[in-house]
Amino acid sequence: MQFAIQWLVDKFSFLSPISILLLISLMFIVGTVVLLLAMLYEGLGTYALRKIGGDIQVRIGPNRVGPVGLLQFLADGVKLFLKEDIVPTVVDKKLFILAPFITFAASCAAFVALSYSDRLVISNLNIGLFYLLAISSLVVIGVIMAGWASNSKWSLLGGMRAAAQIVSYEIPIGLSLLSVILITQSLNMGEIIRSQSGGWGILNWHIFHNPFVFISFFIYFTAALAEVNQTPFDLPETESELVAGYFTEYSGMRFGFFFMAEWGEIFIVSAIAVTLFLGGWQLPIINNLDIHIYLKNLLQLGVFLGKTFLLIYLMLWIRWTLPRLRVDQIMYMCWKVLLPFAFFNIIGTGLWLLIFKGKGIPELVIQLFS
Amino acid sequence: METMLFYFFAFVAVATALLVITRRNPIHSALWLVLCFFSLAAVYVLLSAHFIAIIQIMVYVGAIMVLVLFVIMLLNLSEKELGDAKPTVLKFCGVILSGIFMVLLADGVKVLAPQAAVSVDEKFGTAEMLGRLLFTDYLLPFEIASLLLLTAMIGAVVLAKKRR
Repeated sequence: MQFAIQWLVDKFSFLSPISILLLISLMFIVGTVVLLLAMLYEGLGTYALRKIGGDIQVRIGPNRVGPVGLLQFLADGVKLFLKEDIVPTVVDKKLFILAPFITFAASCAAFVALSYSDRLVISNLNIGLFYLLAISSLVVIGVIMAGWASNSKWSLLGGMRAAAQIVSYEIPIGLSLLSVILITQSLNMGEIIRSQSGGWGILNWHIFHNPFVFISFFIYFTAALAEVNQTPFDLPETESELVAGYFTEYSGMRFGFFFMAEWGEIFIVSAIAVTLFLGGWQLPIINNLDIHIYLKNLLQLGVFLGKTFLLIYLMLWIRWTLPRLRVDQIMYMCWKVLLPFAFFNIIGTGLWLLIFKGKGIPELVIQLFS
Repeated sequence: METMLFYFFAFVAVATALLVITRRNPIHSALWLVLCFFSLAAVYVLLSAHFIAIIQIMVYVGAIMVLVLFVIMLLNLSEKELGDAKPTVLKFCGVILSGIFMVLLADGVKVLAPQAAVSVDEKFGTAEMLGRLLFTDYLLPFEIASLLLLTAMIGAVVLAKKRR
């Protein structure tokens, strides 16, 4: 994207109407491609959710549409589009209609800042990680809007719970990521990944840098589960007490947008974990391969997606296995368990960097034996 | 292009700010305020202060406005509880006061206006640069601000405890 803009600026003077038109169309095309890919992933995600759920509960799962039920998501999509679009009479109509789009847009906007491979970066932001955190926190605005505009008890309670939960869990998320930022000293997603390359393969990943970062990863993962309302923390949409939480009154594709936004968020939080703790698109074998750069980037993309999907699988595994917490337990967990540990990790990482001059455990071990 | 974008976002900011104070429904007001903060963040981006822009979105939109919405929803004000429109005297006073404020503000802007555009280097507005400035040149104001926040936090805890 940056290259294309630079090329346009060089080719035409920046203010000429042609370049502005080209720029806008370029933005539009990139945006559409990102959106389509995101939707494809979100569709396949719902299939994976049901298939993995079936596997864990010893059922078969969807297996009718297409080979092994792979096209189920298309059928579901068509169903959602064809369903009657119901807008209840007592709702705040404007907000009710707007809410799913805000949630969906916020979750899709985050896809732009990720670093998918060495070269495949849609927008190389200097403060990429920060942008991701800020944009994904916007989802809650849409959720609150939906909860309130629906003018129903279940929706309002669901919206409330979502707001309280997401705002609370953002704090341990930010703090646990901070210990990695202390090591990399950069907020750029690409640079964070590149700082995890080196001679010791996966031992260069930040998660093995020191014990504090190791704990940080688990704090982040737990808080991320709560941030995206996955099952041990899915209080905002508990079907046994709130029907469906904040999207109770939504039907058809409006509901579909909420569903897809949820999948987008799951991908984003997993991708952030992969980028910061698990080496991003790096895998020792691929790093040393001497092949064409495009092929290498493609392999890196595969590695990145593979790692992310592994984390998503872990999330779904937890989702189908663990029972749900109570509301007060969730708040207790956030403020009295995760938060103190996150602070402890920041101080610990800071001290570690000070004492060992920025070296990680593998480096120190090798120094000890040489 | 930049001036065009600036005028667009400035217009949106002013228009949404006006909508905030004219809407009758507090939830609508709060949501317009969200949009207002957004366009302010866009203006920050145009000033190449990306970090501040993101902070603006994260803190104001992502946290503070969510809490504001939260409180308004919990109160669930009905049309009756919102009360009648403010008496004319108060409105009149408000107009005069804001007029005086506008004049003062315009005076301040006039002093700033003639400065030529300053070119900034690439590092400007990054987290690194900002952090360095905060911990060297502006250490005292920074620490005082943190004390202020600490006081507010302790105050909130004390207030919450009293009720039990």
